[in-house]
Amino acid sequence: MVSTGSTTRGGSTTRATFVGMPAFPAAARTALADSQLRANLAHATGTIRAKRLHVVSEVDDWEELRLAGAAIKDNTLRHLDEHLLTLETALTARGATVHWARDAQEACRIVARVAKDNAVDEVVKVKSMVTQEIGLNEALATEGVAAWETDLAELIVQLGDDLPSHILVPAIHRNRAEIKAIFERSMAAAGRPAPDDLTDDPARLAEAARLHLREKFLRARMAVSGANFAVAETGTLVVVESEGNGRMCLTLPEILVSVVGIEKVVPTYDDLDVFLQLLPRSSTGERMNPYTSTWTGVTPGDGPQQVHVVLLDNGRTRALADELGRQALRCIRCSACLNVCPVYERTGGHAYGSVYPGPIGAILNPLLKGAGHDPQTDSLPYASTLCGACFEACPVRIDIPSILVDQRAKVVDAHRGRPSVTGVAMKGAAATLRTGRRLGLAEKLTPLGLRAARLLGVAHRWTSARDLPPPAAESFRAWWQRTDGGRDDDQA
Amino acid sequence: MTTKPDARSEILARVRGALAGTDVAPVQVPRGYRSRPERLDRSGLLTRFVERVEDYRAQVTRCAEADVIRTVASILPTGARVVLPPGLLWDVPGVADDGFTATDLDGYAAVVTAATVGIAETGTIVLTHGPGEGRRALSLVPDLHVCVVRADQVVADVPDAVRLLDAESYRGRPQTWISGPSATSDIELDRVEGVHGPRTLHVVLVS
Ligand code: SF4
Repeated sequence: MVSTGSTTRGGSTTRATFVGMPAFPAAARTALADSQLRANLAHATGTIRAKRLHVVSEVDDWEELRLAGAAIKDNTLRHLDEHLLTLETALTARGATVHWARDAQEACRIVARVAKDNAVDEVVKVKSMVTQEIGLNEALATEGVAAWETDLAELIVQLGDDLPSHILVPAIHRNRAEIKAIFERSMAAAGRPAPDDLTDDPARLAEAARLHLREKFLRARMAVSGANFAVAETGTLVVVESEGNGRMCLTLPEILVSVVGIEKVVPTYDDLDVFLQLLPRSSTGERMNPYTSTWTGVTPGDGPQQVHVVLLDNGRTRALADELGRQALRCIRCSACLNVCPVYERTGGHAYGSVYPGPIGAILNPLLKGAGHDPQTDSLPYASTLCGACFEACPVRIDIPSILVDQRAKVVDAHRGRPSVTGVAMKGAAATLRTGRRLGLAEKLTPLGLRAARLLGVAHRWTSARDLPPPAAESFRAWWQRTDGGRDDDQA
Repeated sequence: MTTKPDARSEILARVRGALAGTDVAPVQVPRGYRSRPERLDRSGLLTRFVERVEDYRAQVTRCAEADVIRTVASILPTGARVVLPPGLLWDVPGVADDGFTATDLDGYAAVVTAATVGIAETGTIVLTHGPGEGRRALSLVPDLHVCVVRADQVVADVPDAVRLLDAESYRGRPQTWISGPSATSDIELDRVEGVHGPRTLHVVLVS
């Protein structure tokens, strides 16, 4: 039997998933009762907020950069079909194989086929939201292919049989003592064990990860990545990272498969000058992240000689069809909106029940999946106080509050089967917010729009969850364990 | 055989359907950031570059062209196995890359390379992996990276660097943008230097 990156529970090979999570208010209530989680989150988001503010305030023309980022993405989305074809042509000319995947299943099948065709039974992975979105690790495990996460936070999540709770720092809910315990408990089963004299000093923990993963990097024949950007004109993919695990995966193996959402396209190489300023400052609060790698198909004698790119839809065209919501496809996954969100800071990412938590998750999930299909997704547009902090922080100016209100209307409509009075009123409130932005009066009009929204009762569900003093019957983790990650539980 | 449209046609059709009736007039992209007023003179720019590289807890040594070999040699730990890219302009001690495997490279303690661009504002060096810079694995696996940057390669900011790197001669080449040693903030968002990439970055600025 091939060893796998997933852990075994109850005899069958499984991995924690978000499937069957309770809807946001219930999950939030349990998360709120977990004081360790809240302390970890408050510390982490507070730290990163301060760093971000500092480096953003250094840039005099930050607002212009935000406008440029938004405009480039909007222009690209409006001609997305043409840019995708240009990208395909450029990649093919450079020796890459381009695949197209309508949905998660198709994408996973493609990656698994590449592994099988090359007789590979393990892959190393660069942190990538999209491969989590499609459940790639689980899909590969069922094919007997082990997927090793190599980002430190992803490793912590994987070894802890846990779920990611933040876009940038998936293990943000874990403190150093918990991480030490996870390493000591689980590293041995996955490869090189944790050093005997491990402490909870972050430098020692990072070193343990370095030692544990190095043997995997040196022997891996195949890597799987996402991409932060894909340049249509040149066929260049870009991965932005910190630890060097990305460089290891993108450079050392013979085979590289990159799963890329179709919204990651930017038209030209020089457009990167905007995003390489916006992303690191918004994301880790650094002037520049330690490593950015770019590659263009196959480079003879340097790096993987078999390069695949999987262009993934999986709901993106559904989001694109939403006139107001399509701006969510500008998202560069920096996670600034999570770090400034008062709701996220108190509930953490798990309560959102998706790999995309926080304000962006509250709009992206319903946009990708559509309203009225599952209660978890339908509850997300309510996971907000509409305070507007996310819009202010967003480097590509996604008007999250307006989309939230609009999505609430869509949820209401979906459940009534026809446009409802509330639904229409909420569309009105969304339009108010939107017009406010257009007029440049956002600051003045947002509170008005919010008051309107509250009067209409649209904030009611979240408000009631927040104001209730609900000593939950059991903690989030206890619920998690009892229900096997929600699999054995209803939407309770 | 299947009559279902292939994924490519279906996704493109979905995109076109989603955009039907959309106003596709281009939005103006403000590009003022590409012509920021120059605030620093040449020597100020180099000082800024050094400060910003050091900010990441990388080391910087400045030296004259004639002293590069001596400076690099003094940085390399005595007895360390050093690997060198083909085409390196300076005759520093070390073994030339001979297409070593990753495991071979893991046996080297240090690598010395040149760079293509330095960015003052962000303290970044950019490698385009041509002669003197080596293939990507070379500057990745050894634990110490000594990178020699010429003063005339240092530009003010990211837009200036991108403009330079957009030149035809770099088209299709891989690039690595390096800002300090490898680092992680994954544990309580405390920055720790030294994970998978070189744990020590030493920049030699030549003027
Ligand atoms: S919505 Fe904006 S702030 Fe949030 S992750 Fe995306 S780009 Fe960043």
